[in-house]
Amino acid sequence: MREIKAEVIKNTVRDLFLEANYFIGKDVYDKLKEQCELEESPVGKSVLRQIIKNDEIAAQEKIAICQDTGMAVVFVELGQEVRIVDGDFNEAINQGVREAYAEGYLRKSVVSDPVFDRTNTKDNTPAVIHVKIVPGDKVKIAVTAKGFGSENMSSLKMLKPADGIEGVKNFVVETAVNAGPNPCPPIIVGVGIGGTMEMAAILSKKALFRPVGEHNSNLRYAQLEKEILQEINKSGIGPGGLGGRTTALAVHIEYFPTHIAGLPVAVNICCHASRHAEKLI
Amino acid sequence: MEKVIRIKTPVTTEEVRKLRAKDNVLITGEIYTARDAAHKRLVELLNQGKELPIDLNGQFIYYVGPAPAKPGYAVGPAGPTTSYRMDPYTPQLLKLGLKGMIGKGSRSKEVIEAMKEHGAVYFGAVGGAAALISKSIKKAEVVCYEDLGAEAIHKFYVEDFPAIVVIDSEGNNLYETEPEKYRIQ
Repeated sequence: MREIKAEVIKNTVRDLFLEANYFIGKDVYDKLKEQCELEESPVGKSVLRQIIKNDEIAAQEKIAICQDTGMAVVFVELGQEVRIVDGDFNEAINQGVREAYAEGYLRKSVVSDPVFDRTNTKDNTPAVIHVKIVPGDKVKIAVTAKGFGSENMSSLKMLKPADGIEGVKNFVVETAVNAGPNPCPPIIVGVGIGGTMEMAAILSKKALFRPVGEHNSNLRYAQLEKEILQEINKSGIGPGGLGGRTTALAVHIEYFPTHIAGLPVAVNICCHASRHAEKLI
Repeated sequence: MEKVIRIKTPVTTEEVRKLRAKDNVLITGEIYTARDAAHKRLVELLNQGKELPIDLNGQFIYYVGPAPAKPGYAVGPAGPTTSYRMDPYTPQLLKLGLKGMIGKGSRSKEVIEAMKEHGAVYFGAVGGAAALISKSIKKAEVVCYEDLGAEAIHKFYVEDFPAIVVIDSEGNNLYETEPEKYRIQ
């Protein structure tokens, strides 16, 4: 058994949230620059220029890319030969979030009760934590600071098997296009297909971690990603919703076997400020 | 490039009525911030027949909950939040003389009708450009509802705050007209 101290988990989570909130990924940055060259709409081009400038300022000055520094989502792949010692694993993750949001001048955006009190917890906890036990003696921690302008535009539908490929396509395109200017386009579209209701939703969130420009390794799903992206970009919504060709930067699909009676599809939308980071311990 | 118009707050209805959708503006002066929770409180006061803690006549409200300021900064990153969540409250504030809202995303029919009736505009700022936008905010102070944290009502002093008129006082709406030009059937 390999022993890993809870403190190591805490420090890793803290550092990852700071990194994610200050530094936009090179994949997104390069794609924004590429689209800025290609964008035909003058207003759209100007919006893209401002986004690129913004991301550069945030990285140089180590300030948050967006004031909505999100709800903390943490995906852990825990090697089955690892034992967490000297502390509570979940608490270590939450303490990492607490420290990042306090020390990093990040906004605290979490309320304790969703319906009745809506009182701010003042430290951006609790985090949403997903743990998967995997072979080996390593721990992989992947975090995302998920903004709610785009989260609110996400959707899930239990399609019928008869709806097929067209049904999937229509639902994803419709969700992205109906979101219009609200989720801060250009967006990244995470799609989870199959499994059960919650599995589809989790897959759609996981899909957002994939680097922009990388397609699903299954060629049929890669093709579906390309077709859906093309359809979304025909909408004309454009950067900031002010018109143009660049409505989405990427569509990422993850899939899982499902029941004979079902075809769950979840669409998780992310703004251009797709903030995630990961580390293998 | 479209023309750039400089605006100083507070504004008159006549000034606002002259603005047209797609005008690029640079706003200088004091603006208030408010988002979900602050709007709820303001409108609850109105519904109880009470006075508001701020005078909205001729003013702009910026829909934002800024991030905390680093030492040496006037304000933390402060980009617009999505506006539709404030739609249920906005017509009542427009009635009181609110002349403009700064945010991102669509507005309801009711809000647009109230903007036409009372003479007000809706400005768009670039969503997710919070670090860049914060450079035009020179001073920030909490005016009321401090307990709401980032959702408290702040008064910002802004200089050349960049925005675009998305919906003007005649109801012309860039979110409808512009994507149409680039739509591929």
